[in-house]
Amino acid sequence: MNRLMNPSRTRATVVFSALMMMFAVLFSSLPATTANAADATATPAPIGQLLIKGTLKNNNEPVAGVEMHITGDAFDGKATSGEDGKWQIEVPKKGTYKVEINLETLPEGVGLRDADKSVREVDLNITSTAAVLFPLGKDMRVVQPFGEQVVIRAFAGLNLGLLLALAAIGISLIFGTTGLNNFAHGEMVTFGALLTWLLHAQLGLDLIVAAVITIALSAGFGWLQDASLWKPLRKRRLGLNQMMIVSIGFSIVLRYLMLIFFEGDTKVLSGEFSPVEIGPIDTTVTSLISMGISVVALAAVAYFLTRTRLGKAARAVSDNASLAAATGIDVERIIRIIWVVAGALTGLAGILYGLQFQANWLTGFAILLLLFASVTLGGLGTALGATVGAMIIGFVVEMSSLFMPTDLKYAASLIILIVVLLVRPQGVLGKKQRIG
Amino acid sequence: MDWLSIFNLALGELISPITAVFVMCAIGLSVHFGYTGLLNFGQAAFAAVGAYGMAISILTFKVPLLGAVAIGLVASAVFALILGIPTLRLRADYLAIVTIATSEVFRYLMTTIGFAPVTGGSNGLSQFGAEFWAMNPIPVGEYALGPFSYRHDQLFIIILAWLLVAVCAVLVWLLMRSPWGRVLKGIREDEDAVRSLGKNVFAYKIQALILGGLFASLGGMVFVLNLSNVQPQSWGTTITFMIWTVLLLGGAATVLGPIVGGMVFFVLLSLTQGIMSGLVDAGLLPFLTAPQVGQIRFLLIGLALMLLVIFRPQGIFGNKKELQFNG
Repeated sequence: MNRLMNPSRTRATVVFSALMMMFAVLFSSLPATTANAADATATPAPIGQLLIKGTLKNNNEPVAGVEMHITGDAFDGKATSGEDGKWQIEVPKKGTYKVEINLETLPEGVGLRDADKSVREVDLNITSTAAVLFPLGKDMRVVQPFGEQVVIRAFAGLNLGLLLALAAIGISLIFGTTGLNNFAHGEMVTFGALLTWLLHAQLGLDLIVAAVITIALSAGFGWLQDASLWKPLRKRRLGLNQMMIVSIGFSIVLRYLMLIFFEGDTKVLSGEFSPVEIGPIDTTVTSLISMGISVVALAAVAYFLTRTRLGKAARAVSDNASLAAATGIDVERIIRIIWVVAGALTGLAGILYGLQFQANWLTGFAILLLLFASVTLGGLGTALGATVGAMIIGFVVEMSSLFMPTDLKYAASLIILIVVLLVRPQGVLGKKQRIG
Repeated sequence: MDWLSIFNLALGELISPITAVFVMCAIGLSVHFGYTGLLNFGQAAFAAVGAYGMAISILTFKVPLLGAVAIGLVASAVFALILGIPTLRLRADYLAIVTIATSEVFRYLMTTIGFAPVTGGSNGLSQFGAEFWAMNPIPVGEYALGPFSYRHDQLFIIILAWLLVAVCAVLVWLLMRSPWGRVLKGIREDEDAVRSLGKNVFAYKIQALILGGLFASLGGMVFVLNLSNVQPQSWGTTITFMIWTVLLLGGAATVLGPIVGGMVFFVLLSLTQGIMSGLVDAGLLPFLTAPQVGQIRFLLIGLALMLLVIFRPQGIFGNKKELQFNG
């Protein structure tokens, strides 16, 4: 079942070429592409076998002898990680299961990197294997002083905010120039993350090379979406609300294509985390580099929008497309460029997100609402607003766990969105105008 | 491949209570979107609020069934107010984003461990249906209905569900040919024109949001009574988008549209599932595995939603002129 976990290089190449075909013939020949992907399939697991599994590693060292407790649907079982850190358990039927890691059985000084996530849920309704990952690190069970916790959370919020900003700017630019609320944007994040996984973790390309190829393909993906779907729809003069519904349908199609190609398990893009300590903050080199890249990319976008002719033209189209066209700006060309830029940025966000937090077929969809919240909070259609909104959302998500249960941290950010809309409907940086 | 059983299964979907549930939610959505032009992407949450309202009243507060249903409906109206007051003065796409966000918030709240004593957390609630099933007037036994046979309790919930559908549909039909309904359609076509006639557009929108939400809540209650449990993961955004597909398939601004749309949707879904699984079992689709058939089903829902909006926005029944609902 688990065809992409340990395939040979050639097999992965075939899957990769199948993916390329998906680009070329996105709408027409689904059966042909799946056929190619499946020729590469190793012997599938017997139908009906349902597995939950995972690997426990600390600093790239397997951790053995850790007990996992799996419950759900009248099922109750235990699994223990072996010498290679791997554990797995077969469950009798479809459904959702809870996996709890027994913290007592972890070696001395080793704890969960996400201390309050000792229980994970897995959904085995539509997939037959599910991987559960418990990232391990320094034992954080020691209670830290509140001040230090604030610093730690703020740092995490900054990190998340930067990632969200990268992806949200794309939504904001597309909304600004075309008026479309693109619900398929989350899938572009997933695309970036999973493609990097395929190129780097599976095909063994150098991470930088893989990332460059991914960004190029993401940009191409953005262009393709505009050229094959949105431009024809604009020509048909389809209403914006209808376009929004089309984007919802498109996001469902993309998401399940991704599930069919990549299976439902969570992918580890890269196992290399060199831990770094800055005061009370416990982070990794990957996170620091990722934040650096985000800042540079955001600065580049700001420069592009405010200092270059093309960027100014894009803002002119955002302000008033007809007026921009009247001054000789080729509106369709600007929109095309915006889609390419948005695709590249969102792909980059996917790579950075996937490297730090792992990724599966639902990754993008899971953060889509946070992206929309960022864009709406900052003011629909303003790129700078999206950045500000994303930073606010990032901080709220991370800081909220100081005061409320962690499983409500996304809820907290969405509630902030609703509250801000009540007080300031145009968003933090939006232009004040009578709307509705 | 057993064609007969595939067709029988598909035909069974015609009157299954689940179809009725989606039809009720779609009727509610037709009030929101079809008649008033509100982009509500949180319809699943309206159903969930009704379902949880009823189940929690029965289990935690020991309210009798009818009282619990009333509490569920009140909860749904309150939910509509919470959603509507901040957003209905804003542009349509704000409502879309806030409704989808709120429906996820509601799901998180029902899942969180903190409220588990009341909500059951991610395991949800069950054992709330005793009083409902005791109301069943149909004598115990098996009943044949065409090629199908149903147990007395199955028959009971089927009849009840479709009776509710009929009540909702007649209500919508009556309301939409009343002056009140004409104002709603006016808001859909040109909000400013209606406002210039001295109507309070905001109040009408809130009323429409509440009314459509009530239908969905009734649907949610039937859904959980039929399954005899209520779980947060049943109410994800996928359900909302399925309701949208049902509505757009039949025709958004029509009374019969949601009903026929629901029947066609579930029959087609069951047929594609049956035929594809059959082909996979027979080895005719060697590139697909059994779980992938279920995944392709969802893919097809997405594709159907796209193609419908692009090529036939009025659905099976609608009038194309009635769907020029925005610029």
